[in-house]
Amino acid sequence: MVNINGANIELVRRGKGRPILFLHPHIGLHGSDAFIARLAEHAEVIVPSHPGYGHSDLPPAMSTVDDMAYLYLDLLDSLNLRDVTVVGASFGGWLAAEIATKTTERIARLVMMGAVGVKVGPRDRSDIVDIFATPRSRWEELTFRDVKFWQRDYESLSEDELTVIARNREATALFAWNPYMYNPKLKARLHRIRVPVLFLWGEADRFAPPEYGRAYSALIPGARFELVSETGHFPHIEQAERVARRVVEEMK
Amino acid sequence: MRIYHFSEQPCPEAWGEQNASLRVNLPSRNCDPRAMAEHYHHRLDEWLLADELGLDIMVNEHHATATCATPVAAVPLAILARQTKRARLLTLGYPIANRLDPVRVAEELAMIDVISRGRLEMGFVRGVPYEVPLSQRSAVGQMGRFWEAHDLILKAMTSIDGPFDWQGEHFQYRNVNVWPRVYQQPHPPVWITGRSPQNIREIAERGYVLGTFLSGFQTKDLFDHYRKACADLGRPAPAPDRFSYLGIVAIAQDRKEAMRRAEVMVGYLRSSGRVAEPFGTPPGYFSVKDAARMIKARGKRTTTTREGKAVDTHHGAIEDLVKAGIMFVGTPDDVYGQLAEFIDNVGGLGHFLMMGHAGHMTHEEAVDQITLVAKEVLPRLQKPRPASKQAA
Repeated sequence: MVNINGANIELVRRGKGRPILFLHPHIGLHGSDAFIARLAEHAEVIVPSHPGYGHSDLPPAMSTVDDMAYLYLDLLDSLNLRDVTVVGASFGGWLAAEIATKTTERIARLVMMGAVGVKVGPRDRSDIVDIFATPRSRWEELTFRDVKFWQRDYESLSEDELTVIARNREATALFAWNPYMYNPKLKARLHRIRVPVLFLWGEADRFAPPEYGRAYSALIPGARFELVSETGHFPHIEQAERVARRVVEEMK
Repeated sequence: MRIYHFSEQPCPEAWGEQNASLRVNLPSRNCDPRAMAEHYHHRLDEWLLADELGLDIMVNEHHATATCATPVAAVPLAILARQTKRARLLTLGYPIANRLDPVRVAEELAMIDVISRGRLEMGFVRGVPYEVPLSQRSAVGQMGRFWEAHDLILKAMTSIDGPFDWQGEHFQYRNVNVWPRVYQQPHPPVWITGRSPQNIREIAERGYVLGTFLSGFQTKDLFDHYRKACADLGRPAPAPDRFSYLGIVAIAQDRKEAMRRAEVMVGYLRSSGRVAEPFGTPPGYFSVKDAARMIKARGKRTTTTREGKAVDTHHGAIEDLVKAGIMFVGTPDDVYGQLAEFIDNVGGLGHFLMMGHAGHMTHEEAVDQITLVAKEVLPRLQKPRPASKQAA
């Protein structure tokens, strides 16, 4: 735990070397272990649980990803991190973009994996599958290329694990209910991101399809877009090894 | 003692088994507007009859569902405000935590209060979980929003010296100045539904009418939370008119016909829980602890009979639902007896909210039910009963 402006934020630091800040998706950190372990062989990986997620406090006035981004700027200051590679997955990618539009003073580069956060499609349809309106089994099918990466035996989970799932869902409803999974203000701020940005996108992503990712990346000057084969919405879960390698390569 | 006639104004033609979910995502293609017009006119006629025969009137609202095709309670209320003569007009109620515009709520209700010449009973509800997916706001922080909306509505209704500004946590307004001024001073009576001890305490502290729905013989515990809150505050014991209960009534001159009507009406209970998976447990609606528990097992809503037998509220047998105080079924004598027993069990009741029409029930049957209750049940319930623990 670290204390940021009175909020206890759950934080794991692994490995040695240049810092990587991993910003987890709306589903929390479940499934991210292998990815974090691979990164930690080459760098120091800093893995917070977002406010309201995992075991982190939710500060009383916090209700938007914009708010959350300021907490993360404080966290970077407080840990005195420099030249940070920020890796954001899905909801965490949205957060990465919000942080970087404010200042990239401590940030060297962004890696956006299946990032959400902007609106690019038609106004009468959500760009992103609505997790609050989709049965669990259907959500799993749309999110993963191979659902075995996710399917959990909920009956055997501990009370703590179930509490984390419930907290993650509640926090996601707080931050992303409506507008669903985006901030209408973010698009017009993206030009302020003046560090290298790499988008990595699951070829089989049906939760936020590759066309969405391409349109998103086109909004950031100089951003590059790469497809990752044999994965759905969470390349860091379904292709942990390859994606970790790609991140490390990007840092060279 | 008052009895309010209530119908959800359903669209039962859309309840076919092919429609697994009757809420949130059921396409309106399943609604035949011509049939719906008949339903609306019949239900309004039934409410007019209730007014004529000495009953009061209750309406509610739900959204995007065939179980209750009243998405705007203000519409029937407005019609009834003009067309009825004497009945109290209860909405139970407005889901004010889901509405974006509390000042508009105050304006709608103020007009209804004035047109009805002061007959509005103003009910506010948190709303069922499956209303949340239809709201622009998530269920996170819903109760805080509920109470702020409540505070704003009451301030808007009671401020008569020109505009004020509202700069709250959830709502911000410039120049709030509600016209017309409400007819009942300082404002129409407030009702709020409650189930948790904490929520009931908040209702009791404000001296409002507590609304309870289909909670059967568990209702006594809910009323006891209210009574205890009053005692803790050093106030006198609350009068029966602080308590209301909604149950389903199937009544006829002979028992066999009443039972047949009960079979028709129980369709309401069977259909009301039919909702697609993700909509029943919106994040933030339940505490994290309860939400964690529900990830494992989806809970059935149950109640108990007086003898303590558990009854599934949605799927229980009619006999059990009668024993549980959810349904009141039989001849006028039977229904009187069941209601009197229930009222004594809960320690007094000022308002019985009668679902007197439900499901596929015809207009003629509903007319007969309303007539029997108004003529043969209500007058008897209004007389003090010798064995009664509380005067009605």
